[in-house]
This record gives sequence, structure tokens and C-alpha cells, in this order.
Amino acid sequence: MIDLDAESIYALFAQRVRELVAGRTLGLVGVHTGGVWLAERLRKDLGVPAEVGVLDVSFYRDDFAQGGLNPAVRPSRIPFEVAGCHVVLVDDVLNTGRTVRAAMNELFDYGRPARIDLAVLIDRGGRELPIAPSVVGRTIEVPDEVSVVLIREESGHLRLTLEQRARA
Amino acid sequence: MPDSVVNPQLNADGELHHLLSLDGLPRAIIERILLTADSFISVGSREVKSVPLLRGRSVFNLFFENSTRTRTTFEIAAKRLSADVFNLNIAASSATKGESLLDTINNLTAMQADLFVVRHSQGGAPHLIASHVAPHVHVINAGDGRHAHPTQGLLDIYTIRHYKRAFDALSVAVVGDILHSRVARSDLHALRAVGVPDVRAVGPLTLLPDGLESLGVRVFTSLEQGIRDADVVIMLRLQSERMNGALLPSASEYFRKYGLTPEALRAAKPDCIVMHPGPMNRGVEIDSRVADGAHSVILPQVTFGIAVRMAVLSIAASSARFQ
Amino acid sequence: MRIAIETARLIDPAAELDRVAGLYLADGRIAGVGAAPAGFVADRRIDARGLVAAPGLIDLCARMREPGADGALRVEMRAALAGGVTGVVCPPDTDPPLDEPGLVRMLRQRSREAAGARLYPLGALTAGLKGEALAQMCTLAEVGCVAFAQSGALPDDRGTLLNALRYARTFDLPVWLRPVDATLAAGGVAGAGAVAGRLGLPAVPAVAETVALHTIFELQRATGQRPVRVHLCRVSTAAGIELLRAARREGLPVTADVSILHVHGVDTDVGQFDSNWRLDPPLRTQRDRAAIRAALADGTLDAICSDHAPAALEDKLLPFGEAGVGATGLETLLSLLLAWAQSDKVPVLRALSTVTCGPARVLGEDTGTLLVGRKADVVLFDPNETWRVNSESLLSYGKNTPYLGRELAGRVRATIVGGEMRFERAPVGAAA
Repeated sequence: MIDLDAESIYALFAQRVRELVAGRTLGLVGVHTGGVWLAERLRKDLGVPAEVGVLDVSFYRDDFAQGGLNPAVRPSRIPFEVAGCHVVLVDDVLNTGRTVRAAMNELFDYGRPARIDLAVLIDRGGRELPIAPSVVGRTIEVPDEVSVVLIREESGHLRLTLEQRARA
Repeated sequence: MPDSVVNPQLNADGELHHLLSLDGLPRAIIERILLTADSFISVGSREVKSVPLLRGRSVFNLFFENSTRTRTTFEIAAKRLSADVFNLNIAASSATKGESLLDTINNLTAMQADLFVVRHSQGGAPHLIASHVAPHVHVINAGDGRHAHPTQGLLDIYTIRHYKRAFDALSVAVVGDILHSRVARSDLHALRAVGVPDVRAVGPLTLLPDGLESLGVRVFTSLEQGIRDADVVIMLRLQSERMNGALLPSASEYFRKYGLTPEALRAAKPDCIVMHPGPMNRGVEIDSRVADGAHSVILPQVTFGIAVRMAVLSIAASSARFQ
Repeated sequence: MRIAIETARLIDPAAELDRVAGLYLADGRIAGVGAAPAGFVADRRIDARGLVAAPGLIDLCARMREPGADGALRVEMRAALAGGVTGVVCPPDTDPPLDEPGLVRMLRQRSREAAGARLYPLGALTAGLKGEALAQMCTLAEVGCVAFAQSGALPDDRGTLLNALRYARTFDLPVWLRPVDATLAAGGVAGAGAVAGRLGLPAVPAVAETVALHTIFELQRATGQRPVRVHLCRVSTAAGIELLRAARREGLPVTADVSILHVHGVDTDVGQFDSNWRLDPPLRTQRDRAAIRAALADGTLDAICSDHAPAALEDKLLPFGEAGVGATGLETLLSLLLAWAQSDKVPVLRALSTVTCGPARVLGEDTGTLLVGRKADVVLFDPNETWRVNSESLLSYGKNTPYLGRELAGRVRATIVGGEMRFERAPVGAAA
């Protein structure tokens, strides 16, 4: 099928983020789990001093009534001051936009950021909310029943795979 | 013979729908509650201490037995989940007018209640309520008679997990009036459920119930032997009505034999933690020097209690219907 | 009315009879067993193939709700007949209690009018059942009280109890006592043991029964060379049964009964606080139940009763400790008896003796048997027919039973009292 070499897409992605922030101080916040891996890589590659913030959006999702609570919630943690900060919100795959909406709501409960930029490795389209990324690694088109999944191997090497989505 | 062995707390998918007792609650569910509570601890340390999870849901605190402490922590927990909270002090209202327990429940359900947090002086009252509410309503037991106080049991093992990490090599002693204590019963069930190998009950014969050994609990009537080399000591509150009566002669004699003093605590492990569900009777079951000392984790228990109750409310509310 | 009951399986424990034969009733009495008496012409013939004909059941404890609720007696009498019960002993804890001869007369009159089972009222042992002053036992006996009893535990004042026993002994009146020590049982709602410990329910220790038994036997001995006759109501513990055995060996004039619910239930049946099993005495351990069953099998226990305690269902829709105590029992007694006999492989003669000649002996009555010349109190039932226990099928005011919703075997088809057909579920077998 489509050739998705995560590492080469990441290289492009990181370059675009570097151009976007152009030397400004920022706070990197990754959305569990893929977004966190990417944020950690970016931190190293861009030399961001602050520790990476981690968001588990389970408590802010809009589908609690339908799907219930995530059975494996993890603690969110933002180790820097969000108020007045230029935040770069990082996620692996952008689809409907609902996860990003939840992440932003959660972020605002930590404080009022000066600015939020959204950086995603893959944009697969299918937006259901007016959410727009500032940086995209690659835009692709895949059928609805296919999931795009980011995997981080033990070596730290990133890999993208396509999986059949379980029936909702 | 009882017709069903089905757990009345779980729905047909095995999800937690009501929380009535830790007795027979699957370990996986207990561990999920502890895991979810971890996330709520971090919410509590933010500036905005709430999440929108239960927005639009109504939580009714039905306290047939007075308790400001427990009611307040449940209220805080529900509000931090953005739920609407209504406090009903039933003791003062309809029950005394002769309205039956189930009539009260039906009236409240008609007011769009989603969750009932129930405290009652009679064991089994939350079970009765749970078996009569509409399928979408959840019942959380905040203490029923001497039977159970499941959220206290959960926050107690959450506390132990926080300080000791793993359960599989611990010795935990529960000390005091086990006979009348719902906290003790929930603690003992919780400890066995998560695999604590050495669970002990310590107290005078007049305050020990039957059947502890059949629960896998070792029984001691001597404090010193009961807490020897223990990793955790949970002190129970001695209620004033037990003293000066048929069960115990006096508070001072109880303190001499079962009060946790710094000297008595030396029998336990050097890194032993001391817990207490509160409120404490200083000088009766616990010496102030221990309550305020380095081993005591009594204040953190309260913080953990809010997070654990948030986890319980979220997980129960998460299961849609009881089938 | 002359009735011929044909080809029923006749079971009469008193006569050790168990065979298919004819039963002939005339003038309110048993006229013939096996063969019709000479010149017998039946007004009604009943083809009772597949049915059992046995002496009508005698229930040593059923609360008929009168005095208390007007009209209640008729309802409970219908329930008794539907359960195949032809003789009912009602305890004195009515409202007001049976300590006035006028009340007893009225009760017996209403019972006659109700044309149900025979009523054997127990009179109060003490005035108002307060345990302080003696009741007028002689007068009460004259108007029909068969024995004298308290309602709950033994009177706290043992001196009064001793005097009551002595007084009863003077006039050779039997005393029926529940072996419960009030202070040891105080506040308990469940039997002591691992189940009560686990559920945190206030417990009734076994010593509440054994101490009471010791007290009863000692006081009984103190009434003299020929001690007062005592009947023990609702023994529940293995230890209690051992004391009973010893008392019998010693020769004390004591009889004892047990509730059918204690033949079946154990403490674990309380399950998740099922108030239907809130009983007094409470359910006890497997060991206690096994001792009860053994004592029934070997005759140490004389009778099984229903301990019928009809109550509004709302009384049970309360937390366990607040719920009403007891269960409705007249209509389930026979089915539960047969269930015990089957599951424990108890010979049917032994099983039925606990509700026929056993209780008759306790009462000193000549019923409870199908012997020629005795009163024609007969029950016809189908041991294999099943029925569902629910609000519709129960005739009693009380639908409060742990067996609600369950299907039981053993259905009464007809109940005859004094030769009169007083209950027929559907017209039972008309023979040519």
C-alpha cells in the first residue's frame, strides 16, 4: 500500500516545527502516547530546555456517555507554567479533531496559554470539528476502516503501520 | 440455597455499576480504580482542580446517618468531576415522617438522579436500594451499618500502594474494634483481594467477630504480637459508646493495652506506616506522638480519599446500564 | 356427609400405614380404612388415583392475625386449608394478647364460623405477656387454651417464670416456651458465625439458646417429682438438641418442635442481606441444620411447624436489621416437608409424622391419624404436582416467604375437617 517511512516523515516534520518556532521559547505538550514520543524527540532535536508535558485526554473526551471511561487512564502532567506560554501541542495522527479539542480543553485547565500551535506527524483528514494544524509531517488519504498507528521500537526508532479498525 | 451467585455490583458485561462492598469484587476492578485514582491525584494538584467528566450528571448524597467528613469528601469528589451535587440529610426529613426507604428512593429518582451515594446505619441498605433503582442509576455505598465502607477500604490500599509499591510481601495489621467496624471489614477484604499475604486483626475478644480465620486473617489479642514486624498498621477508631460499658471497662485501660504509642510501635518494622480512617480519638487508640509522627500517613489518606472517590464515581458512571 | 375416597395412597404414620386403599368417612369420623364398613353408602365418591390421603396437618405455630385485624382469621384459615392444615395452634402474642377469657371465647367462635382448620389457642403465661404477673391460666384453660406461653424470649424475671411453671404444674397445664435468653440474644438479627461476622450483622450467639434451655430444664425440675410438662418452641442449635436429648434420657416431660425453615435454611442463605430470611430464631450453620435433620429422623424432635408469620411485603422491603421477622408458612409447609424428605431420603412415614401424629401427641389430641373412630381430618394431595409460589397463588395475607417465585412440588387438592369438605382446589376426582 502507501509507503510510510516514519523516520523520514519525522525528519520533515521536525524541520517544519523548527521553522515555525524560529528560536522562540516554547512548551512542548504531547498527547498520549504517540504525541509524547514525538514531543520528546522534538525536545532533543530542537534543544527545548523545558521538560515535555504529557496529556491523557480521557477525562475531557466527548464520548463518555457512549463509550465509558478509558480502562487504563494515565496521569497528565505539565511540568512548566502554561499561563502565558507558547505551547506546541504534538500528536501523531490527526483525524476528526476531537482528541485535539479535548487536549486543548484540558490544557486550558492548567492555565491560559499565549498561543497554541498544533503539530501532527500525519494528517489523514476526516475532520468533524474546525481544527487546523500549524505543522503537518505528511497528509495522506486512507479508507475510514483503516487506522494509522505510530509505533516506537525499543531502539527509539519510529514506525507507522496501517491496521484494520475494530468495528465501533 | 441462594438462587444467584451473580455479583449485584456488576452489570452483564462485568463492569462496575454499583459499589456496595469489596467482598467478592474482582481484583481487576480494584486495580483499575487505583490506576484511575492516580490520574485524579494529578488533577488535584493543578490550579483548576476539576475535569468535565460528569458534567450534567446529578449525584445525590443520601446520608441516613450523619457524617460531615465522608459526605464532604464525596461532595468534593463529585464537584471535581463537574457533577451537580445534592445533599440530602434524610435523618432529619422524610424517614422520620414514616416514609419508607424505597419511597424516598423512588421520589429522588423522579428528580433525575444518576448516582446515589448512600450512608445508612443498617447493613444491607445500599443493597436494597441498588436492587430497586432504575437500570441507569448507580449506587455507591458510603458506609452501611457494620458491614462495609468500600471507598475507605480502597483509599486505604491506595495509600499502602503509594508508600509500599507492591502488596505481595506485606504484613498488614488492623487494630481495634473490628466487630463494629465497617472500615475494618472493607480493609480486610481489600487486602486479601490485592494479594497481601499476611493480614492480621488485633483486638480484645469482645471486639473480634466470628469467622475472621475463614477470611484468611490471622487473629491476635496482643498488640505487641499483632504488629510485630508489620509493614502497615491501620488503627481503628474506638467509639465512645463501646467504652465504659459491657464490652470494654474504660478508655484508659484500652489505651494501656491496645493504644498505639511510640513504644508499642517499636515492635513493627522500622519503616512501618501508620494509618487511621479518622476521626482519631487521641489518647484512646492512638498516641498523639504517633499520630503526628514520622510513621503517620493519616493526612495523605484524606487527599487520596478524594482521588479514589473520584475514580469510583467515574468508573461506576461509566457503565451505562445494569442488565 | 359420607365420603368414600378411593384408590388413594393412604399414608398414616401413627398406624405405620402406606398403601393404596379406600378411606371411608361418616358422621365426621373415620369409618373405614381399606374396606368400607358394612352398609356404607357414599354421598360422594372421590377417585383419588395418583393422590395421597393423609391425616390433615397439625401446625404447632401459626399466627392467625386475630385478635388484631378484623376478618383476618378467615383469610388465614383459607390459607391453612389450602396448605392441607386441619389443626392450627396460634400463639398468644395477638393484639391484644390472649390473657382474657373473653378474647379466647371470641376467637374460638370466629374460628367455628370461619369453618377452616381446628383452632388450638395458646393462652398467655403472664398477664399481658409482660413477664411480671401470672395470667389466669385455669380460666383460660376452661375456655379452650391448650397450653400457656410467652411470645418471645424467657421472662427476664426467673422467679416469675418459676412461679408460672409451678402454677401450671398445680393444674397439670402444659407450658410452651421459646428457649431464648433475652439478654444474650439482645440486638441480634442473624445467627452467630462466619456469615454474621462477614456481613457485620449483630449476632445471636448459640448460648442464647443453650443457657435458656439449661434454665428451663432446671426450673422444670424444681416444680417437683412429676415436673410440669414443657414444650420447646423452635429449637435451632446443635448444642440445644444435645441438651434436649439429655433431658429426654433423664425422663423430663419435654417435647420440642422446629420450624420448617430451619430444616432447609442455613446462615449463608441470607446472601446479600435477603430480608426474606430474617427469622427468629435466626438461621444457623450447616452443622446446626444437620443436627436438626438428624433429630427429626430419630424422633428427638417431635414436630415441624410452619411458624406462620404473615406480614405485608413492605415489611420485608427494608434493610435486614429493620425488616419484619418471619415468613408466611401455612401454604408452603407440606411442599417444603416433602422436599426435605426427598433430598435427605427420609422415609415418608417419618417425614409426615412430624406434622401429623407428632404434633397430635404434643397437644394430647386424638387427631393426626386415620384410625377408625378418630375425627375425619384428612388431606388429599398430589406429591408430584408443582406450583409456583407467588402473590396470586398464596391465599394468606402474607406473601413474605423466601420461596417467592420458586416452584415447589406437592399440591393440596382437598382438605376435609370433621368429615366436611372444606377446601377443594378444583373439584377433585368424581368417580362414577
